[in-house]
Amino acid sequence: MGGLYWQLFATFFKIGAFTFGGGWAMISIIEKEIVDKHHWIEREDFLDLLAVAQSLPGILAVNISVAVGDKLRGMKGSVVAALGTILPSFLIILAIAIFLTPDLIKNNPVLAAVFKGIRPAVVALIIAPVITSARSAKIGWKTIAIPVVTAVLIWSKLPWVSNPILFIVVGGFFGWLWLSHHEKQLNQEINEIRKEDEKEV
Amino acid sequence: MIYLRLIWSYLKIGLFGFGGGYAMLSLIEREIVGPGWITEQMFTDIVAISQMTPGPIGINSATYIGYVAPGEYSEAFSSPIFGILGSLVCTLAVVIPSFLLVAYTSHLIHRHKDSVVVRGIFAGLRPVVVGLIASAAMLLMNSANFGDTTYQVVWSIVLCTASFALVYWAKWHPILIICLAGVAGWLIY
Repeated sequence: MGGLYWQLFATFFKIGAFTFGGGWAMISIIEKEIVDKHHWIEREDFLDLLAVAQSLPGILAVNISVAVGDKLRGMKGSVVAALGTILPSFLIILAIAIFLTPDLIKNNPVLAAVFKGIRPAVVALIIAPVITSARSAKIGWKTIAIPVVTAVLIWSKLPWVSNPILFIVVGGFFGWLWLSHHEKQLNQEINEIRKEDEKEV
Repeated sequence: MIYLRLIWSYLKIGLFGFGGGYAMLSLIEREIVGPGWITEQMFTDIVAISQMTPGPIGINSATYIGYVAPGEYSEAFSSPIFGILGSLVCTLAVVIPSFLLVAYTSHLIHRHKDSVVVRGIFAGLRPVVVGLIASAAMLLMNSANFGDTTYQVVWSIVLCTASFALVYWAKWHPILIICLAGVAGWLIY
């Protein structure tokens, strides 16, 4: 058992150490490590965890790791995963604060060049999971309007309609309405078939 | 007591910071620069450093400001020990609200996972989350990430396209791609 906690910590430490550009950039690395390599979580379940992590306040990267850790090993798992995510940035920033002056980092031409290369790559690492998650969410021609409208409106930065929370609330609400309507119809059909069966008997 | 006030501020940042990363910056600025714990210049520094180090900006700023603020507040706290203590409490404070919220929500969802409500909500959320990821990618395609000179924009598009092909079709590890993109940037610029 200790082995799994250690593996969980090591995996999220790696994820924390290579996450540039915020929580969304983690998704590719998490998918690779947690879904593809260790098979700890199904791709579809990962999408649900992302929904939870994004719906709640706080640092997205931490929310994602807590949700994944909790799914795997409950409370202990979420503590281990969160620690793994936090520790790399904590140690690096502490080292910089103690030993370096900010100018050394800020005006370093080599670091600046390296990051000019990394930033566009990070954008690609966020585009890739758009496609993989669209597949696992079974987005088809009927449903493609939902992610497209969501993305364009958030990107537009218009007042009110560009708030991600709005889309989470509306999406969850209509999903609930749709499923309860769907299940009612299904139950009715089953009941009708049963009645017919009884008549025949 | 400087520590209690720092903890209070970072609990608030952790609790009300929606939308992750850069959306939290204005909140951090109001809570930390507002009371004068650090100067505007230092705040700009920490943002710049966050962009050049891995990890979430919320954590980076908590660690850095927690280290610097006690020394800025009083000469008596200028020893590194007080700084490290400050880093620890700020980082924990910013994480704890989201930790409790996410853990509690996960348990709630797990307990009712077969109910029509929970299944329906997730069925509705899945396509929305796809849109959220897409919006994050679209928002990042800006001059801060792709540059503002033609030379840099062209190279950025090349690097972005190549990275996408390698991660999506060739199934390379994203960490390897980040390292290679860094080397490429060093060679190009």
